[in-house]
Amino acid sequence: MAEPVLAIRDLVVEFHTDDGVVQAVDGVSYDVYPGETLGIVGESGSGKSVSTMSILGLIPQPPGRIRSGTAVFQGQDLLKLKKKELRKVRGNKMAIVFQDPMTSLNPVLKIGFQLKETLKAHNPDMKDSDAEKRGINLLQVVGIPQPDRRFQQYPHEFSGGMRQRAMIAIAIANNPALLIADEPTTALDVTIQAQILEVLKKAQDETNAATILITHDLGLIAEMANRVVVMYAGKVVELADVHTIFEAPRHPYTIGLMESLPRLTADEDFLTPIPGQPPSLINRPPGCPFHPRCFLSQGRARCREEEPPLRPIQGTAHLSACHFAEELEGAKSKLVDEPKAEEVRSS
Amino acid sequence: MTDSERPSDHPKKGLTDVRLEGGIYPPDAQPRTDPGVPTEFVTGMPASELVYESGLDLKARSQWAYARRRFLRHRLAMGSVFGLILILLAGVLANRLTSYGPAEIDFNNILQKPTTKGHHYFGADFLGRDYLTRVLFAIRTSAKVAFLVAFLSTALGTAVGALAGYFGGWIDNLLMRFTDLVLTLPAIAVLLVASARFGNGNQYRVAVIISLLLWTGIARVVRGVFLSLREKEYVEAAKAAGAGDMRIIFRHILPNSLGPIIVNMTLTTAGAILIEAALSFLGFGIKPPTPALGQLIQDGATELQTAWWLVVFPGIVIMAIVLCINFIGDGLRDALDPTQRVRA
Repeated sequence: MAEPVLAIRDLVVEFHTDDGVVQAVDGVSYDVYPGETLGIVGESGSGKSVSTMSILGLIPQPPGRIRSGTAVFQGQDLLKLKKKELRKVRGNKMAIVFQDPMTSLNPVLKIGFQLKETLKAHNPDMKDSDAEKRGINLLQVVGIPQPDRRFQQYPHEFSGGMRQRAMIAIAIANNPALLIADEPTTALDVTIQAQILEVLKKAQDETNAATILITHDLGLIAEMANRVVVMYAGKVVELADVHTIFEAPRHPYTIGLMESLPRLTADEDFLTPIPGQPPSLINRPPGCPFHPRCFLSQGRARCREEEPPLRPIQGTAHLSACHFAEELEGAKSKLVDEPKAEEVRSS
Repeated sequence: MTDSERPSDHPKKGLTDVRLEGGIYPPDAQPRTDPGVPTEFVTGMPASELVYESGLDLKARSQWAYARRRFLRHRLAMGSVFGLILILLAGVLANRLTSYGPAEIDFNNILQKPTTKGHHYFGADFLGRDYLTRVLFAIRTSAKVAFLVAFLSTALGTAVGALAGYFGGWIDNLLMRFTDLVLTLPAIAVLLVASARFGNGNQYRVAVIISLLLWTGIARVVRGVFLSLREKEYVEAAKAAGAGDMRIIFRHILPNSLGPIIVNMTLTTAGAILIEAALSFLGFGIKPPTPALGQLIQDGATELQTAWWLVVFPGIVIMAIVLCINFIGDGLRDALDPTQRVRA
């Protein structure tokens, strides 16, 4: 396999609060390979955003602190870079698409200005006219009609979907090697979501960037991702390619996530949530962080006492952090064997 | 409904015809008008957007353009702008409007009542100097001081507030405790002592001294605005795009906080006129022979029993200026408030 664009190893990020130290990210490791889309799923507070934002220095420090780990991006460890050197990476070879396009564009600056700014921040010698040409071209690529006129407009004259397109244009402005999309469609309605996903795919095709897609939407993962990282309580609990995750999940948390989705086709009166609450990240339970909520644990002592390492399942690239992952043999996401619409209707 | 009719089974076309550094969708692409065929399949653009774009000539209009429109429709504020311009013009054109010099003594006209004779419309003072002339020249001095104070204190206050609000932490603490310190000074006492010691009756020095006391209000306002704006997503987005601290402060946050800054600057101007008048009245501000509005009132105060016009005319001018500026400030506040869409 090719060299990874980004290799995160044993990343630990903590936040110092009045109540104690919150371990938001606790020993996370994963690789992102060129051209692929890596999905990161997990519930709120599982550390999926913090793990990516921290390597770019975008978490407030203090209270945040990166305690240990490495994040090698194109041969250099981002965590060892000085503030100024890190700034050269941001928006250049590594760019972010934020969640809420309504607030992520500066309301008093023209879209064109914000595009040009990103271009010129990393290409100081670029002529203004060239930046403008490139900017308009970028707006075209993300599917904004009349890009030359739109270039001169302000964010409040754009609709939500248009703004997210503009955000993507800004993100890919400098041909990044890695694009981080942090819940890029959460703030948009469903029809616009589909368009934005297409724009993201196209942006990826054009720049051949690897993409990290952070989301809690399993549907989005199934649609977009090549490989999936499932995070829980600041840890990676399962890592596999997208088909394996959905067809043969080997961690009880992943299965719980999929079980809790509503199904259109089945007559369900109640959803099936994962019982209990995520653990306090200040006071972690000993052993497996998931054991108090786990259907597989059933009070077994090993779950309480020993923290399960992330290990390959049957010697494959499928990693799971469960002592008893093998017992899940044959488990399948219900999303995969969903009955066809006709069958439901005729039944 | 058969399978092939389901919308999700349409071939995906979407955006694929536009390439980076390449041709755009055909320039002659027009929204198709025949019903039934979504435009998307003709041009690669969703139909709704094309129709919208082709039907309207959209003009880029900034928040400022909206604010300008709202301000222009604010009657009281526009009237005040007109009034203020009139007063200031009178000050600027003082030497053309009257045939007398500001220090031209005429013993034939000592304490002359306001009269049309010899064009002494505002009368004359105890040295027979034409009072209209003196008031006009005083407007010049007072306005100069006021605008200088507004500019200096806004610049200083904005700088302090921006740095404190953006960086926070010990920088914020240091700057704000210093601001608090300045605020605790008994303003009038300090002003009197400072201008007696350093002012020398010179208008520019007096302006600097007043500015050094008036910047605190603006600093606090700007700090507050920066504190809230620095948490905005677009600031984080700018950081993620590789922008540095200074660029974020001046390019991204400052333009967003101009509204309160401008409003405060206007109100500071009014305040400066009053403070300068008070200082000059007490004899610690601008010294004769340079006429200033407060100083004219002081001159007249001793003669109030016999010559009312010496106090009334400069007083009315001060009131008019301050009132106009405050109305303009109100108008600006309304105009710059983006939630006030009603008038736009």
